Amino acid sequence: MQKIKELVIERTLLASSLITIAVTIGIVLVLSIETFRFFGEVSIVDFFTDTQWTPLFTEKHFGILPLLSGTLLTSFIAILVALPIGLTISIYLSEYAPRSFRKTIKPLLELLASIPTVVYGFFALIVVTPFLQQIIPSLSGFNSLSAGIVMGIMIIPYISSISEDAMHAVPRSLREASFGMGATKLQTAFKVIVPAGSSGIIVSIILAISRAIGETMIVAIAAGQQPRLTLDPTVPVETITAYIVQVSLGDVQHGSLEYRTIFAAGITLFVFTFLLNTISYRIRKKYQEKYE
Amino acid sequence: MEITMKPSIKRMKTVESVFDPSLKKVPKIDLQGVKVWYDDFMAIKGIDMTIKQNSITAFIGPSGCGKSTFLRLINRMNDYVDGFKMEGKIKIDGDNIYKKKVNVEELRKKIGMVFQKPNPFPKSIFDNVAYGLKIQGIKDKQFIKERVVSSLKQVALWDEVKDDLKKSGMALSGGQQQRLCIARTLAVEPSIILMDEPTSSLDPISTAKIEDLIFQLKEKYTIVIVTHNMQQASRISDYTAFFYLGELIEYDKTKTIFTNPEKKQTENYITGRFG
Amino acid sequence: MFKFWGIFCTLIGVVLLVIFIGNIIIDGISRINWDFIIDLPSRKPENSGIYTALMGSIWILLLTTVIAFPVGVAAGIYLEEYSKKNKLSGLLEINISNLAGVPSIIYGLLGLEVFVRIMGLGPSVLAGSLTLSLLILPIVIVATREAIKAVPSSIKDASYALGASKWQTIWHQILPASGGGILTGVILALSRAVGETAPLIVVGALAYVPFAPQGPLDEFSVLPIQIFNWISRPQAGFIENAAAAIIILLGITFIMNGVAVYFRNKWQKKWK
Repeated sequence: MQKIKELVIERTLLASSLITIAVTIGIVLVLSIETFRFFGEVSIVDFFTDTQWTPLFTEKHFGILPLLSGTLLTSFIAILVALPIGLTISIYLSEYAPRSFRKTIKPLLELLASIPTVVYGFFALIVVTPFLQQIIPSLSGFNSLSAGIVMGIMIIPYISSISEDAMHAVPRSLREASFGMGATKLQTAFKVIVPAGSSGIIVSIILAISRAIGETMIVAIAAGQQPRLTLDPTVPVETITAYIVQVSLGDVQHGSLEYRTIFAAGITLFVFTFLLNTISYRIRKKYQEKYE
Repeated sequence: MEITMKPSIKRMKTVESVFDPSLKKVPKIDLQGVKVWYDDFMAIKGIDMTIKQNSITAFIGPSGCGKSTFLRLINRMNDYVDGFKMEGKIKIDGDNIYKKKVNVEELRKKIGMVFQKPNPFPKSIFDNVAYGLKIQGIKDKQFIKERVVSSLKQVALWDEVKDDLKKSGMALSGGQQQRLCIARTLAVEPSIILMDEPTSSLDPISTAKIEDLIFQLKEKYTIVIVTHNMQQASRISDYTAFFYLGELIEYDKTKTIFTNPEKKQTENYITGRFG
Repeated sequence: MFKFWGIFCTLIGVVLLVIFIGNIIIDGISRINWDFIIDLPSRKPENSGIYTALMGSIWILLLTTVIAFPVGVAAGIYLEEYSKKNKLSGLLEINISNLAGVPSIIYGLLGLEVFVRIMGLGPSVLAGSLTLSLLILPIVIVATREAIKAVPSSIKDASYALGASKWQTIWHQILPASGGGILTGVILALSRAVGETAPLIVVGALAYVPFAPQGPLDEFSVLPIQIFNWISRPQAGFIENAAAAIIILLGITFIMNGVAVYFRNKWQKKWK
C-alpha cells in the first residue's frame, strides 16, 4: 500500500516537471504552425529582404527588417546605458563598498527590477521624453531614445547583480596575491577580478540583451508604432513586441493573414532570445564546473 | 535457523575465537563478501565479519578507510548515494537485507542510527522524539507521550527538558542535542544501533555522558560504533575492528586488539605511529 | 577616483527610483480616493475608477496562485529529490533555464492559441491565469529547488534512518524546513505576474470592461492594462488617472516584495 502511494506521488511529481517540456514543445509548435501557414501566403525571401512592414495597410508589405531594426536599436541603446553603469556598480559593490552599504543598496536595486514595465513605459513617455526634448528639440513624441534609456535603467540590476555574484565568487587568495605584488585596488579590480569573473559577467550581459529584446511595454508605450528601417534614435520606430501588442489590441480575425503575422514576428523574437539563452546557459555550466 | 559462524577472510583469526562459545546465539549481523564501489572507486574490497548480539563493536581506522561506508551498509543508508554499487550479503538474523523484496523503511525501523554531528529536526523536543512513531502511523497520543518520556529518561535528558518539551530541539546544547538524537532513535525500539562518531563534535563532559549512556544501552541493543578516538574504543567496546584502505585488517576482542594485536599495521595505528 | 564614480553609478539607480516614484506620486496622489477604487471605467477621466481592473487583477492573482503554486513546487521537488543524473534531468534543467528567458509576450502567443482558441476558453480570466502560470512556473521551480537545497542533508539522513519513506521525509521534514524559502520565491513570482501586461493583452484581455469578472470564464481587464489604456489617451486627466493607478499597482508590488523579503529573512535565521 505504502509502496503504491509512494509510486503515485513520484509519478505525479514527474508529470509536473514534464509540463515544462510540454510548454516548450507548445511554444515551438504554435509558433511554427502559424508561421508555416504564414509562409504559405508570403514569400520567405520577401520576409527577410523587404524593407517595409505594412500588414495592416491596404498595400501590404511583409519585411521583418524594420521591426528587427527597431528591436535592435532600442536594445542597443538600453545596453549602452546599462552596461557601463551596471558593471561599475558591480565592481564597486564587490570590491570597494563597505558591507553595510552593500546590504542596504542591493535590495533597493532589486526593487528596480520588480517595478512593472508598464510603469517604466509611463516614465519614458511622460517624464523622459519631455525632458530630452528640451535638449534635443527635434525629438519626436515617440522615439527609440527615451524608450531605450528607460529600458537600460530597468536592466541595470540584471547586469549588476549577476556580475557582482561572479566577482564575489573570485577566491580571496587571488586578490591577496595581486595586492601582495603591490597592485592598487583599481588594478586588482580590472586586471584580476574582472577577468576571473568574466564568464559570469558575460552571462549577465547576454541575459540583459535577451531581456531587452523581449521587452514589450516600454517600447509599445514610448517608442511608437511606425515600423521604420532606421538607425535614427529620435524618430518613432516599432519593435517586434510592440507590433504584436498593436495587433492584439485591434480586432483581427483568427486565421487571417494579419493574425498569422504576429506568430511570424513572434518566432523571429523567440529564435533570437533562444540563441542568447542557450549561449548563456552553456557559459554558466562551464563556469560552474570551473569552481567546483 | 541458519547459524553462520564460518571463518572469515584469510588474514584474520577465525571468527570462533572472537565469540564466547558458551553463548550459542544467532549472530545479529553477518556480512559476507561485501564489496562497495562509488562509480569506479572501490571503497570496500571484500569484507567478511560477524557482529555479535548485545555487545558494543567499535570500528576504528584512519579517515577514508571505509569504516563509515561499512557502517552505513547495515541500514542501507548508502542507497541514496550517487554511483553506489555493492556486492555480497548482509544478513541480520539470517535474512539478507539486500534482497530485492526487502522493505528498506521497515529495516531502518529496526536499526537506529546516530550521526557524527547532532542533527535534531527543526521541530520541538517532543516532536523530535515522536517523529519516528508518527511516521509509522501511530496515532495513540497517550502511547506516544509515554514513549517520548521513557526515551528521554533513558538518555538522561528528561530532567533537563521536562518543562520545555515544546522548545525547539535546535535550541539545546550540542551534548543535549546528541542525547536527543539518541532518544529519537530509541523511541522506535530498534534492536541494533549504529553510531557514526557520535561524540566527535562534543566537549569532553558531554562525551563522557554519551559514553555512559552507550554502555548502559548494551544490555538491550547490539551497538556498532565508528570512532576516531582510540581511548573511546578501548573504554566502551567489547570488540574492535580495524579497517585500512577498504579492508578489514584485524577484528578481535577489544582487549586483545589493544594489548596484543596480531598485525603490525594494527599496532602501528593504535600506538599512533600513523593514521 | 573610481570610488566616486562607483558611488555615483550606484546611487544613480536609487536616485532615479526616488525621482520616478516622487514624480508619479505628485501626478497621481490627488486622484486617489475611495471613489477611484470603486468606480467603473468611464469616458470622462474624472469619473473613471479602477474597480473592474483591480478585481480582474485579484482574480488573476488568485487563479494563478492556485495553478502555478502546486505544479511549480511539485516539479521543484521532483527535480531536487527524485530525478537522477541522466539525460532527462539534464534536458529538464536546460529547458527550465531556457523557459525563464523566453519573453513574456511569447507566452501570450502560446496562451492565445492553446487556451483561448484550441481549448475554447476565450479571452477569459482562466485563460489569462493559465498563461501567467506557465510564465512564472520556471521562477517557482527554481525557487523551490534553491530552498530545498538549503535544507541540511543531515536532516534527511536522520529521517531516513528512523525508517521514514522518501515522501514522508519530504512531507514532514524537507517541506516544513524549506517552506519559508519556497514561499518567498512564490510571492516574488506572483508579484511579477501582477505587473505583467503584454501576455494578457495578447491573450485578449480587454482595455475596457464594464463589469468586474464574476467567474473564471468571464472577460477581464487588469490594472497594468488599465494603466496602459489611460497612458495612450490624449487627455491630461487620463494621465493623472494612470499615475494614480500606478501608485496602487506599485503599492501592491512593493507590499508583495516586502512580505517576500520578510519571509526570507525569517527563514534564513532558522539555519543560523
